[in-house]
Amino acid sequence: MKSFARSYGPLVAIAVLAVLLLVVAPAVLSPFRLNNLGKYCCWAIAAVGIGLAWGRGGMLVMGQGVFFGIGGYAMAMHLKLEAAGPEGIPDFMLLYGDGTMPGWWEPFRSGAFTLFAIVALPAIAAAILGYAVFKRRVKGAYFAILTQALAVVFATLLIATIQETGGFNGLNQFTFFFGYNLYDPVNKKMVYSIAAGLLVACLVVVWQLYRSRFGELLVATRDAEERVRFLGHDPANVKLAAFVIAAVMASIGGAMFAPIAGIISPSDVDATASIFLIAGVALGGRALLLGPALGAIAVGYGRSTLSESFPDQWTYFLGALFIAVILLFPAGLASLFGKAWSRLPRRKAAPA
Amino acid sequence: MDSFTTPLLAGTATGALLLIAALGLALTFGQMGVINMAHGEFLMAGAYATYLTQQVVTNTDVSVLVALPVAFLVAGLLGLLLEVTVISWMYRRPLDTLLVTVGVGLVLQQLAKDVFGAQGDPVRTPGWLEGNIDVFGYHWPYRQMFTIVLALMALTALAALLKYSSFGRQIRATVQNRDLAETVGIRTRTVDRITFFVGSGLAGIGGVAVSLISGTNPRLGTAYIISAFLVVVAGGLGQLKGTVIAAFAVGIATSFFADWTSASMAQVATFALVVVFLQVRPQGLFVVRSRGLA
Amino acid sequence: MFSPRTRHVIGTVVALTATISLSACGNKDGEGSAAESCVDTSGDTIKLGFLNSTSGAMAISEQTVRDSLTLAAEEINADGGILGKEIEFVEEDGASDPAIFAEKIDKLLTSDCVAAVFGGWTSASRKAMLPVVEANNGLLFYPVQYEGLEASENIYYTGATTNQQIIPAMDFLASEGVETLFLAGSDYVFPRTANKIIKQYAADLGIEIVGEEYVPLDDDDWTTQVAKIVEADPDFVFNTINGSSNVGFIKAYYEQGLSPETSPIISVSIAEEEAPAMGKDVTGQYAAWNYFQSVESPANEVFINAFKERFGSDRPTSDPMEAAYTSLYLYKNLVEAADSFAVDDINESADGVSFDAPEGTVTIDGENHHIAKTGLIGRINSDNQFDIVWSSEEPIEPDPFLEGYDWWDPSAE
Repeated sequence: MKSFARSYGPLVAIAVLAVLLLVVAPAVLSPFRLNNLGKYCCWAIAAVGIGLAWGRGGMLVMGQGVFFGIGGYAMAMHLKLEAAGPEGIPDFMLLYGDGTMPGWWEPFRSGAFTLFAIVALPAIAAAILGYAVFKRRVKGAYFAILTQALAVVFATLLIATIQETGGFNGLNQFTFFFGYNLYDPVNKKMVYSIAAGLLVACLVVVWQLYRSRFGELLVATRDAEERVRFLGHDPANVKLAAFVIAAVMASIGGAMFAPIAGIISPSDVDATASIFLIAGVALGGRALLLGPALGAIAVGYGRSTLSESFPDQWTYFLGALFIAVILLFPAGLASLFGKAWSRLPRRKAAPA
Repeated sequence: MDSFTTPLLAGTATGALLLIAALGLALTFGQMGVINMAHGEFLMAGAYATYLTQQVVTNTDVSVLVALPVAFLVAGLLGLLLEVTVISWMYRRPLDTLLVTVGVGLVLQQLAKDVFGAQGDPVRTPGWLEGNIDVFGYHWPYRQMFTIVLALMALTALAALLKYSSFGRQIRATVQNRDLAETVGIRTRTVDRITFFVGSGLAGIGGVAVSLISGTNPRLGTAYIISAFLVVVAGGLGQLKGTVIAAFAVGIATSFFADWTSASMAQVATFALVVVFLQVRPQGLFVVRSRGLA
Repeated sequence: MFSPRTRHVIGTVVALTATISLSACGNKDGEGSAAESCVDTSGDTIKLGFLNSTSGAMAISEQTVRDSLTLAAEEINADGGILGKEIEFVEEDGASDPAIFAEKIDKLLTSDCVAAVFGGWTSASRKAMLPVVEANNGLLFYPVQYEGLEASENIYYTGATTNQQIIPAMDFLASEGVETLFLAGSDYVFPRTANKIIKQYAADLGIEIVGEEYVPLDDDDWTTQVAKIVEADPDFVFNTINGSSNVGFIKAYYEQGLSPETSPIISVSIAEEEAPAMGKDVTGQYAAWNYFQSVESPANEVFINAFKERFGSDRPTSDPMEAAYTSLYLYKNLVEAADSFAVDDINESADGVSFDAPEGTVTIDGENHHIAKTGLIGRINSDNQFDIVWSSEEPIEPDPFLEGYDWWDPSAE
């Protein structure tokens, strides 16, 4: 019985969260608040991936906004083309460009291709970058800095390519989501449910990964990379896999963010946005299963409500949160409540 | 000729600025493994120190020179404060210090915004820095030459300190083997603190140079910090010459890319260049063989 | 690396997700039931929303707009309100982030049930709010000059569109006998679009564009780009740089020996607030706006005095502030003309509604919801105020899509 609780306790916790998000929330929240919760869920999906890469894998990924953005823009491009109609092109290309559409937009007319791209593009990008970085054993702070620089560069690139990506304004004014009118409250609820459902799904995936041999290897790589190497495994491959999975999750979060927020722009994907994602993970508990997701939802909620009451002080809260949590509760606030939620034996944080 | 001299000279000045910013980073990273993400905000503090100095010392010709030690002291003390209150508690958790200092940076930015306003304040250029000299058609501003001189002076002072003073020997000993240094009686904690003070103070000097380009504003540090970090990464740890070469290489490369394409694309190209470079030398240009770094 | 068990579970999860998604069924056929207005007009107050960034990069500019809106609301309330109802304003922070603007205007319209929203600054923020305000059939008053090419039934634009600021600036340059022009801007939508218009009009006017440079918004080092201006030696520099990047541009400009005597600058984002913050004496440089503090009109005198009394004698007034102040009064006149707070009624009777604004009398165009404004060119004097050196004399009818200009070809490069 005890071992059952150990093995399946987390699954019960996920189920409780699923009920809260999919049944309770739609019943009690106003459409506006529900839509906001949808946004937090998108950040939470990305946060689950960060938990995997950073909490379990020791890779501080400070540029997840990039992958969030790849998914977000891929989805937004499709929604933009859907709004433009079968032969039409996005409005901003007529306004700011010469009225022609770059060829690489064309495949995004297809919903199936878009869904494929939302998974494949971040996977490919992360695999290339990860391969280049991990095989050369770049790690620790070097890795963190490179990922953050990547986020800065990505945002700059988006802002500079006005005719192709809408630049600073980003992409917005979507009308349909795979045929469903986005302004119909019923359909908004549906989009929310998909985001919440995907969050639950990602949690189940990660739960299973943590139980698997891969999960053990990942923690081992974080804590003692050399020993993993001596045991005949290539730590680079283990890290690469975790990095790619985290990237895909961030991309899925971004893809749902676009229809829910109604916009995706460089400020949703830049270095600051990436740090915002990290904040949630740190708050919730990076190595725990539910910690990152709950943390991201809490930080998102805090951002909405605190900025409503104390617009000027919001940045102080975010800064203080980083300092206090990392300094005092490196394992996150969730660790205070439920050790049982994590199978992971509490170890000293890995030296980088 | 102009499409060569302009990026070369302007890029050298940018490189000099990156060098001042990166020296402090490389110093603290190399010695303590601490990545200080608030370093950019120390740069900003140096710029604000310049602005405040100009309010007190109204003679612009003198005030910038007065601002140099003031900015060094202000940024240095901020760094010392950070070391004592936060970083010393997080020993051997380098990735966590990185995150904590992100938080510190956010707080400092907001603080600057609340105290000085978001718009930024003007910094006047002294008369003897107004003007330029014509080098093959490029009107090379005196201000850029001043930045280069400033960087070389900071570099020389730091190199002399590390090489000839007993404190410098203590730093080098600590970098190479902290435990052994302690065994021979070096108070490594004190060494750390002074290192942090000097490293942060250098950012303050950088802030003076930046304020002459763009005045002050709360977000000023963020524009330089990522490039400075890339310089540290590309330069490798523990040896100043790596940082020096990397700083000028990044500065000049960015200028040429900007000349050929656009300023936005130059950022992208420079980043790609550093990633490709790390394929060749994953530990940067020069590495000191020591334990437990990076 | 993944055990068969893992693969099995991943498969299950995919199936599970699909089920959840399908069970949360949507409504595919519905046109989307138009949101019922929840605005309460029964009481003796009327709720309005002020949505400006009070945090983030745009805070300093948008705070000035918030101040003018507050002033206008207080004045209107002291004068008996709108249709006898006192204004109760709900303030929200857009945090300089378009997604937050979209979120907050949704809150204002659907949770707070405000009758109209005033605010936004960047085009990105307006573009983000547009679909929300249209979906809820709300009203937004946008107070900043922008790149045009837009007209929404649910937005009133009280800042200039391009034919009221950019085109007058070009007319001024032509009247000055300018032959060569250099374009310097921040790398984003407004400068790119403005320069597209400038280039086409310049070709029509016979002005040669001798260079075009862009620098990212948060990059302050203009040295390399200014070197290209020196090399090109233009008669004038057209500056569409935004925000703090202007400081770096101005410093680099003087540093390399340029001056108003050789290649003067005409700016579209440097106003009374920005001029003293350059760290450089910018006397003799130009700016194109529709309002300067130096405009001589009784309404302006009242506005300046009231603003200084409310917010401090050191505070200058500028174009976007005046446009925001005007927007609230225009709303009052719109409501009173329609004798209703309902959006459809207001739009019905909007054409020709006017207000004696500080910049002069402004009139709403019912077709495109912009207002007729006089184009002005000012030259900065040693007090950092603008001497008005050129004026379009008459208010210019708004033409956001430049339909009345035959040189304009939107699909040209």
